[in-house]
Amino acid sequence: MSSPDFVIKNALWRGEAHDLCVADGKVLELRPASGEGYGDAPVVDASGLVLLPALIDVHTHLREPGFEWKEDIATGLSAAAHGGFGSVMCMANTDPVNDNAAVTERMLDRAREAFPGGGPRLFPVGALSVGLAGHELAPMGELAAAGCRAVSNDGMPVANSELFRHAVEYAADFGLTVIDHCEDPHMALGVGVNEGAISSRLGLKGQPTVAESLQVARDVLLAEYLGLPIHIAHVSCRESVELIARAKERGVRVTAETCPHYLLLTEDAVEGYDTAAKVNPPLRTMDHVQVMREALRTGVIDMLATDHAPHAAHEKEVPFTQAPNGISGLDTALCVTMGLVDEGVLSLDDLVRAWATAPAKAFGLPVCAFAPGDPADFTLYDPSASWVVSPQTMHSKGRNTPLLGRTMPGRTAFLYVNGKRVV
Amino acid sequence: MHWPYKDLLDVDVLSVEDAQRIFETADSFMEVNTRSVKKVPTLKGKSVVLFFAEASTRTKTSFDMAAKRLSADSFSLAKSSSSLTKGESLKDTGLTLQAMNPDAIVIRDSRSGAARFLAERLDCAVVNAGDGWHAHPTQALLDAYTLRKVWDGRFEGRTLLILGDITHSRVARSNVHLLTKLGVRVRLCGPRTLLPPRLDTWPVEVFHDLDEAVRGVDAVMCLRLQLERQQDGLLPDLREYSRTFGLGRRHLELMNPGARIMHPGPVNRGMEVSSELADMPESLILDQVTSGVAVRMAVLFLLITRKDQGGERVQS
Repeated sequence: MSSPDFVIKNALWRGEAHDLCVADGKVLELRPASGEGYGDAPVVDASGLVLLPALIDVHTHLREPGFEWKEDIATGLSAAAHGGFGSVMCMANTDPVNDNAAVTERMLDRAREAFPGGGPRLFPVGALSVGLAGHELAPMGELAAAGCRAVSNDGMPVANSELFRHAVEYAADFGLTVIDHCEDPHMALGVGVNEGAISSRLGLKGQPTVAESLQVARDVLLAEYLGLPIHIAHVSCRESVELIARAKERGVRVTAETCPHYLLLTEDAVEGYDTAAKVNPPLRTMDHVQVMREALRTGVIDMLATDHAPHAAHEKEVPFTQAPNGISGLDTALCVTMGLVDEGVLSLDDLVRAWATAPAKAFGLPVCAFAPGDPADFTLYDPSASWVVSPQTMHSKGRNTPLLGRTMPGRTAFLYVNGKRVV
Repeated sequence: MHWPYKDLLDVDVLSVEDAQRIFETADSFMEVNTRSVKKVPTLKGKSVVLFFAEASTRTKTSFDMAAKRLSADSFSLAKSSSSLTKGESLKDTGLTLQAMNPDAIVIRDSRSGAARFLAERLDCAVVNAGDGWHAHPTQALLDAYTLRKVWDGRFEGRTLLILGDITHSRVARSNVHLLTKLGVRVRLCGPRTLLPPRLDTWPVEVFHDLDEAVRGVDAVMCLRLQLERQQDGLLPDLREYSRTFGLGRRHLELMNPGARIMHPGPVNRGMEVSSELADMPESLILDQVTSGVAVRMAVLFLLITRKDQGGERVQS
């Protein structure tokens, strides 16, 4: 073995203490901790810390350009880094919309400026249609060349199936995957609450699960017909899971994500018209939560994503129907899902797959599997450093989370990207 | 005993005893309303803001009259003349009003939860005069008060049908809460497009056939049909609605003898209920309006005098 630049000693990898040797920004070797020295290489004592690949979030809203009061690329990436994320894919619903190379390049410049020494990797998601208007295809070749890895009309679902079909076809020519926010826009005119007992009692127009699954059905049929991949964003309900499972059994090239809040929270969180829990798709009932957990565990749902949607406090401090949708998720995502590992709902391997290997595979992103030569993108998670979610402990500008006041079971202690320490 | 609540946002927190106390307080104010001089000095020096961000005739007038008959000063603020039209948030409008030290703010708003939103941020009493599809507590109280009189105070064993657009009705939601709590069996009837989801979680019986629904009831509460529901795709046309779900003379024969007709108003005559039924002696539509002033006097009295009665003080 050539000499490492530095060594992470005694980190817990699959429950056993390991030493990780890093050189030139890459993994040199991961081996069981032996107690022996590594010459003059600096050593980081990671005793008691859990070693994970740096997480990949394929669905984040960083709000810049245009909505910097909610979040900007610097604060968003800072929240990502402190949340354990080494790579972030940011959505196109900015102002101006990321439907041309100039916006993509500006985003990438801002990421470099925010972390001059190297920080979390940013992979912008281009708009699927010009201005997200759903009428004309965006210039996907230009977007791919500028650095986009996927296209999406997230936030503005494409009801026009013919346009969506062409988007999937055209995107494939440039190696771009289409990410779809599955929602029938007419049926989903609700206000961020599940259609059910609570919407009925609170007098709110709810959003039925079928508003989501109707579009999921369309997408799996299209992906099958075209033989091209489609990635389904933020799946929240049983009907969608069943459609995806059956499609996968037939070999359809469909991948899907869900978010930590759909694994943790139910529609009960909107009781009292709590706008912090207003999210799209809405939080569902416990039976859906159980299905989402199982679907993630079995791989029907391939990956996790935060759908980090930061908003300023004054934007959420309005009557429920008026409040914007969205939960700020980067700060808490890893902790929430580690909590599910602690409860035995997920295994650590499930978590590694969902937050790193599956998203990397779906979108062609760098990932650390701790094999020699892999990028040294890793997180050291301290399971003993519990913390309380509060405006003071979050790094995102958006403190809009129904988890405020909750104790998280641990915290990111270190994040390395390309062998450089970010946190 | 002091009144325990700072606000009146919905009837769901009220116990049967609380409701009875409102009714008994309203009884004394009903008497005031029949005098030649319809005014008592009870709330002299107190001020009530009527903040109606949504159109209203009877509820706003009723609250205004209730405040004035108790000698409170009432001030009206409409959305069109408020800074909401300049983009001010509901929170800031509320805080601005509170800075003028009113004793109560009566709010109507088209957004469900708006009254609660304001009440959580203000120290003065907040009365919900209707928020979106959610709640209209004083309407439910005045409806129950009206029925209490014609039913000699006995709610147990009575059956009431609420007919029409339940989904979009705050009146229905509040009446279901209150009347079932008082012991009334409540039925709902309307086309499926106008019934909210998961009615199995409500303490009601659900019907889609009006003839079945009215059989053996002691009262029918017709709800106003908002005419734009046809444009929303919830109804084919209004003629069909009136023929299928409009209450007419033939239904009287299916109800219990002496059954009463109610409507929170405004009535689309011939649509929800035939003109003949709306005007017949069994109709309580105008009694509801009369009861409304007394019930709202009772509500304002109990909330505003709460502190003076030694109730828990709200920090200001």
